Amino acid sequence: MSFISGVGLTAYGKHEGRSTLDLMSEAATLALADSGLKRSEIDGVLCGYSTTMPHLMLATVFAEHFGIQPNYAHAIQVGGATGLAMGMLAHELVEAGVTNNVLVVAGENRLTGQARDSAIQTLAQVGHPEFEVPLGPTIPAYYGLVASRYMHEFGITEEQLAAFAVLMRRHACLHPGAQFHDPIMIADVMASRSIATPLKLLDCCPVSDGGAAFIVSREPVNEFGVRVMGCGQAHRHQHVTLAGDVTRYGASDACGRAMAASGVDLGDVDYAAVYDSFTITLAILLEEIGIAKRGEAALMAANGEFEITGRLPLNTHGGLLSYGHCGTGGAMAHVVETHLQMTGRAGVRQVRDASLALLHGDGGILSSHVSMFVERVR
Amino acid sequence: MSGTSKPVADWTSGAELIAYQSCRACKHIWYFRRGFCPACGADDVADLKASGEGTVFAISIVTRAATAEARAHVPYAVVLVDAAEGFRMMGHGDRDLRIADRVKARFEKFTDHIVPYFAKV
Repeated sequence: MSFISGVGLTAYGKHEGRSTLDLMSEAATLALADSGLKRSEIDGVLCGYSTTMPHLMLATVFAEHFGIQPNYAHAIQVGGATGLAMGMLAHELVEAGVTNNVLVVAGENRLTGQARDSAIQTLAQVGHPEFEVPLGPTIPAYYGLVASRYMHEFGITEEQLAAFAVLMRRHACLHPGAQFHDPIMIADVMASRSIATPLKLLDCCPVSDGGAAFIVSREPVNEFGVRVMGCGQAHRHQHVTLAGDVTRYGASDACGRAMAASGVDLGDVDYAAVYDSFTITLAILLEEIGIAKRGEAALMAANGEFEITGRLPLNTHGGLLSYGHCGTGGAMAHVVETHLQMTGRAGVRQVRDASLALLHGDGGILSSHVSMFVERVR
Repeated sequence: MSGTSKPVADWTSGAELIAYQSCRACKHIWYFRRGFCPACGADDVADLKASGEGTVFAISIVTRAATAEARAHVPYAVVLVDAAEGFRMMGHGDRDLRIADRVKARFEKFTDHIVPYFAKV
């Protein structure tokens, strides 16, 4: 058994003058306060990476800076899937009896801590150094390639995909911490400048500063009662050149393993937190997981099914697309929002019933997949 | 063992050529060079020269590049091509290429090196 016993999230956007460690510390402090745990009760620390503060031992650096001496600490790296991969590892660690309370923490001044070109260049290095990177692709180009093929196979249009950008913005408008608060419409997405066809600026998540943290505990330590049921992963390729089958990037494998570990069906899920680096990412993940039929995820979005009042509320904080994306912390905001929804603390964004949630993250070019099911137990 | 021999010169080292590899043990074919077969693990690897012919699998036209050198080339089309020999590769190509177009590669300068450039046949 493991429980998410506390969550912390900063606003995403610009945090001028604040460092990776500043943002990690702020998020960790918030999560600790939320859990009611004392610093001394944190016996495990997991963190990801920061492109503005590359370090061989970021978890230990953070622990020292934050002022804790855990029994267990290290960083892990699986790109955008890192947040959920840390959640899975924390779950497995407390289940195995290695630790009692694991602090999972991320933060990065990705927006203000470096030039925009530098961030784009660093991220593009997930491509193959000899056979892809010399061609000048960017992350949007890798996803643009995926999008062109997927849209061709399943008859999806750019206008249809834009519904996801509009939906995420609508949700972000209800969250004071989101990077963007200007409502947008389909026409705005279509009119935004091209980045890498068929993806336009508003199809892409932004670069952000921010921090996020959550604590995974072996026992319930407060009244929240949010239990991690089970998790699964899949890693079928790294490079887009070798992402062979557009119907099986790995999301269905990861989710299938998580379902088996949790003993639940997709039909039981009443809240979804799905990685949304680009509009196409949401379409592919929702369809491969099986929440939507092939080619229909964007239509479901347009029909209101993923709204706060819809059949399956999705990323009600605004997701990466509009809450923002600060690297490792990006998808951890999805975890924080899920927790707020499950504990009835989402305020104006509160959904009717979030008793069973599916979280799914992807890293690279749909390369690394992590799925997690979480339930409310009281 | 071919993994210890000098790799064949191809476009990644400045030669106007697309190379690929195949496994003499299991006949698997692949593109990203290595000294063993990623399918069966055998180290009896053949270095082969590709025809440069293939079919467009995917295309994205980049208008926001990450470096000043690449920015001088925008907009440029990045393509994934299914080579006639049975492997998939990334290259550049004409911006009006469409998925399923049959193409053939030549080589063009991009920033400070050459890259495979596909045009319709």
